[in-house]
Amino acid sequence: MSDSKISSSAASENTVSGASIMLQEVTKTYPGQKKSAVGGLTLEIPAGSIVMFVGPSGCGKTTTLKMINRLIEPTSGQIVINGEDVTTMNGDELRRRIGYVIQAGGLFPHMTVASNIAMVPKMLGWDKAKINARVDELLELVSLDPELYRDRFPKELSGGQQQRVGVARALAADPPVLLMDEPFGAVDPITRQRLQDELLNIQSEVQKTIVCVTHDFDEAVKLGDWIAIFNEGAQLEQYDSPERILANPASEFVENFIGSGAGLKQLTLTRVNEVDLVDAITTTPGKRASDVLSQLQGSGRKIAVVLDSRGRPLRRMDRRQLSRAEIIEGTYDPDLPVVGEQATLNDALDTMLVASAEYALVTGRRDVFTGIITVQTVMEAIAAANSSMDDHHEAPVGLNSGAINVVDIESEPAESGGEPA
Amino acid sequence: MSKETKGLIYQLVAIAAAFAALVIWLVTADLTDTERQTLDPGTIWKYTQEHLQITLVSAVIVLLIAIPLGILLTRPSLRKAAPAVRAVANFGQAAPAIGVIVLLAFWLGFGPKTAVVSLVIYAILPVLSNTIVGLQQVDERLVEAGRGIGMSQMAVLFKVELPLAVPVMLSGIRTALVLLVGTATLATFINGGGLGILITTGVNLNLNVVLIAGSLMVALLALTVDWIGRLVEQLARPKGLS
Repeated sequence: MSDSKISSSAASENTVSGASIMLQEVTKTYPGQKKSAVGGLTLEIPAGSIVMFVGPSGCGKTTTLKMINRLIEPTSGQIVINGEDVTTMNGDELRRRIGYVIQAGGLFPHMTVASNIAMVPKMLGWDKAKINARVDELLELVSLDPELYRDRFPKELSGGQQQRVGVARALAADPPVLLMDEPFGAVDPITRQRLQDELLNIQSEVQKTIVCVTHDFDEAVKLGDWIAIFNEGAQLEQYDSPERILANPASEFVENFIGSGAGLKQLTLTRVNEVDLVDAITTTPGKRASDVLSQLQGSGRKIAVVLDSRGRPLRRMDRRQLSRAEIIEGTYDPDLPVVGEQATLNDALDTMLVASAEYALVTGRRDVFTGIITVQTVMEAIAAANSSMDDHHEAPVGLNSGAINVVDIESEPAESGGEPA
Repeated sequence: MSKETKGLIYQLVAIAAAFAALVIWLVTADLTDTERQTLDPGTIWKYTQEHLQITLVSAVIVLLIAIPLGILLTRPSLRKAAPAVRAVANFGQAAPAIGVIVLLAFWLGFGPKTAVVSLVIYAILPVLSNTIVGLQQVDERLVEAGRGIGMSQMAVLFKVELPLAVPVMLSGIRTALVLLVGTATLATFINGGGLGILITTGVNLNLNVVLIAGSLMVALLALTVDWIGRLVEQLARPKGLS
């Protein structure tokens, strides 16, 4: 599936704006501790891809992430971003060039949404007009109406909205690299799924290099182009595409970490935009219901989708509702089964089950309606996914020094550098 | 109107009413000549000015010492020293104020300067410990978020930590000011001036009206300072915090 992800991004009009990151034999040893928190890690993070760091708590994944922007200074080793060694440059200047998102957004509660987002551009000395325009642009990007949200304070936002503003702030100065530390850990599962979809949508627009720490393996499979599974002391157990990790876990540790149900997790590997969607009859508020009904009957479809002026779905209407109505109303139906096109088939099935519908509406960038996915589509896609398995992608480099532990299906985890959690 | 705003208005009304009652009482009361002389409005105004002067000078010195010290003691490198410094500050407040003032006077000489020194020792604790607590209660993750987006340590301190600590710090400053107004009464024992002289005169010459008037003046002054403190707290509270 990374295959199709990569080809689809290459096909899109956006070019990769991300930078490659190379960690070279990076070690972090805290004073007074014998074992390293991160031991001699060499890791290549390809430009424009999403790399997920997963592992048990205390394994050093967060330490590794924070060494990329030098919030934690490595004890030894080099950090190279886009070919430039950034190990010794001014840390504050480095961090202004790298987006950083933490749990719940980490917004400053005494500043408005706009001032939060404007922090980095201000530090970089942008002029006011440019900053204001950028703030609005970013709020649009994360699907928040600038008019409505610009002047709000963080406590006036929901958890999911705060997280979106957090992402907007991180993207403010258009950094090539985005680091995320358990970004979706503090929101409820449904919001989390939406935010994940949205992140993937944003990524398809901006093409950054994203490094994201999570403890949720499903999240890693869903978001990651590549997944790095760490053991204690940031020992790399496996660094590969989600498909291959699921199909060929490198060690018992990885197997245990994936957990049971690896088969079902394959569902998580296919995205809604990779299957054929069904076209739908769409209409807008204010149209005559009888016209829509006859259109519907002519096409043999069961439902019509009402869209707002920006093409976002408001509600669905079946034949019976249409025959009763005169004019199409523009009220929003909160129970509408909607999935983002970056959602996995797993999410889509989930959404259908929750709404007790055999279909779900699919939305693309900025919540614009793109089509309908049905239960049949999902079933066919599962069957197709099971029969094909790509295996010709070179995984990026990842190993710990002192142990020849190249990501290799046969190799056992090295014993060196472990540290009590 | 918020609860706090209402409280502010009530307090102001109460202060004004009490002051008016005091004035009416003094004007209508049957005073002896000595009492009338001691309670001459011009003299009382002079004492009040002295009193405020001692209070304000001490307060400014307290702020200049306690706030930077509190900031330093919450920086990672000096965090360990915080308990020790707080213990010393605690000692300053735990010692009886009258004892500190008199002992210092023997050492530094009698006069307003010594009064200020002892008041500073006495009032440093609330400001220091509220500065420390105010900065400590700032969410660690916000500091990290600030550093993570490329703010320098100084920028994080001035734009994130201090603004978020302001409510707690201001309430410490208000406590200190009220303490100072009350304790400045003792300055009179070492020739420091202030409204305390009315009280001592009242006690020494058995002039109850003077004693009561002096005590009430100090109490009203303290309440007024408290009111101003509350007002500033309201106005300076960062928006976006509830």
